[in-house]
Amino acid sequence: MSVIKTEKLTYVYGEGTPFRKTAVDNVDLEIGEGEFIGVIGHTGSGKSTLIQHFNGLLKPTSGSVFIDGERLWDDKDRLRAIRFKVGLVFQYPEYQLFEETCYKDIAFGPRNMGLSEDEIDKRVRETARLVGISDEILEKSPFELSGGQKRRVAIAGVMAMEPKVLILDEPASGLDPKGRSQILGLIREYHKEKRNTVMLVSHSMEDVAKHCSKILVMNNAGVYCFDTPAAVFHKADELEKMGLAVPQITRVFNRLRAMGCDITDDVYTVGFGKDILINALSAERKIPR
Amino acid sequence: MLKDITIGQYFPGKSPIHRMDSRVKLVLTIAFIVMLFLAGNIYSLIVGIIFTIGSYLISSIPFRMILKSVKPIVPIIVFTSLLNLFFIRSGVVLWEWKFLKITEGGVNTASFMTIRIICLIVGSSLLTYTTSPIDLTDGIERLLSPLKIIKLPVHELAMMMTIALRFIPTLIEETDKIIQAQKARGADMETGSIIKRAKSLIPVLIPLFVSSFRRAEELALAMECRCYHGGEGRTRMKQLKMHLVDLFAVLIVAAFIAGVVAVNSIT
Ligand SMILES: Nc1ncnc2c1ncn2[C@@H]1O[C@H](COP(=O)(O)OP(=O)(O)O)[C@@H](O)[C@H]1O
Ligand SMILES: [Mg+2]
Repeated sequence: MSVIKTEKLTYVYGEGTPFRKTAVDNVDLEIGEGEFIGVIGHTGSGKSTLIQHFNGLLKPTSGSVFIDGERLWDDKDRLRAIRFKVGLVFQYPEYQLFEETCYKDIAFGPRNMGLSEDEIDKRVRETARLVGISDEILEKSPFELSGGQKRRVAIAGVMAMEPKVLILDEPASGLDPKGRSQILGLIREYHKEKRNTVMLVSHSMEDVAKHCSKILVMNNAGVYCFDTPAAVFHKADELEKMGLAVPQITRVFNRLRAMGCDITDDVYTVGFGKDILINALSAERKIPR
Repeated sequence: MLKDITIGQYFPGKSPIHRMDSRVKLVLTIAFIVMLFLAGNIYSLIVGIIFTIGSYLISSIPFRMILKSVKPIVPIIVFTSLLNLFFIRSGVVLWEWKFLKITEGGVNTASFMTIRIICLIVGSSLLTYTTSPIDLTDGIERLLSPLKIIKLPVHELAMMMTIALRFIPTLIEETDKIIQAQKARGADMETGSIIKRAKSLIPVLIPLFVSSFRRAEELALAMECRCYHGGEGRTRMKQLKMHLVDLFAVLIVAAFIAGVVAVNSIT
């Protein structure tokens, strides 16, 4: 069964004003349990708007959202329970830190769930370990930390709620390359360890190429395609026309093919590309000219 | 949602009134208020009404904006007209019930006052509809600049107003975002006792204060990097200049005030 399902989901900002803007237009989606979904699309394509429907923060202008088969907004009192099921990490989540210590901040979500102190403590320490926050940092004020550390504490705050679905909106934006790979790495770790559904929103293909089981491409408020990475990057030309940069390694291979080399067109990670190149080169050497 | 609150009510356009100098508009608005208070009888008030309607027609501000400006003062209008209606006793008695009495004088005064208040609000709203907040503060700064002599920090006050106006929408947007983020972590702001609800604002207010301070610091730094040092010897990118429109406007208002005074003597 699918954890998230949408039917003709449409959302309009500023209905009835001159600034009316359809941000999500007639989206039908189905996301299976345990999947690792990458969501890409250029800025303003409606990614953030779409994901805010999955935990009932935005009410669809028309259409419906189902979580675990339950239709959202039928019963408003259920929304809070849904938010514990679908955890959403906003873009720049460090701006929502507010407690005296990192420990208390990570505990905010679990405490709202009404868990016992023991359970809260267990979850805070476990997620802190997962995101690489030491016990020493846990006792510090979040406002003393570096940008990357703050970001990790904020993400831990949602992870500690152990949601069935974890959605992250551009979790790596505004960080340096080391911070980026750290954040993306810990999200991967989380998925591997928990086997929960994860949705990773990004405008960079490079971020989502490696580890997603499926990629959702948004374009102009609609779903452009929703498929495996191989199938998506197969459409490299169209993606580039939409202003999305395909991974550099895919570009290299596409150029090679354009130059007449006989190699596959589904290369999107450097490791895979390396193997293909080595094979191709050694095959070439064996053939005597 | 929070962002539906509009700050300032500027309605962009290209009418002659939009093009007028904000200083002139400010002064003429005051003149307009004086004109309404000079109007002593119904005929001179009609002159004021004609002026108000005429200005709106020229400004091409949509009709619903007029209704919007009147809406907040409806209770005041109703209250004062009821007071006038029942407590002014002069002339023929029109209606009587126990101790309540409505007289002709009461009806006259009530309708006169109502029309005057509506004209006042509708007419002066035109100022904020046709002038952007930035132009308005600029105009105020220029008009008040003689007060620098008595050591009033006119430029600094105007700068503070401009910055506040600039950042209010940004902060509203930010508040909205923080509320959403805390709701996503299960924060419950809608149910419970007053104390519980007040407490639930902490997760919103603290991040908001932190980011306001951060913004203030960044802005101060950015202004310093551009050598901002207050109003002393500062020139402007946008010069306020009087045009022919302004001269016309002044003459028209003067003519209407003269008209009101003249009509006042007809009885
Ligand atoms: N709060 C808002 N009010 C009005 N329009 C908005 C708001 N948030 C987003 N939009 C508009 O909706 C569209 C989609 O935005 P968004 O979902 O943030 O896209 P993305 O996350 O893919 O960059 C954009 O055109 C944006 O301008
Ligand atoms: Mg976004």
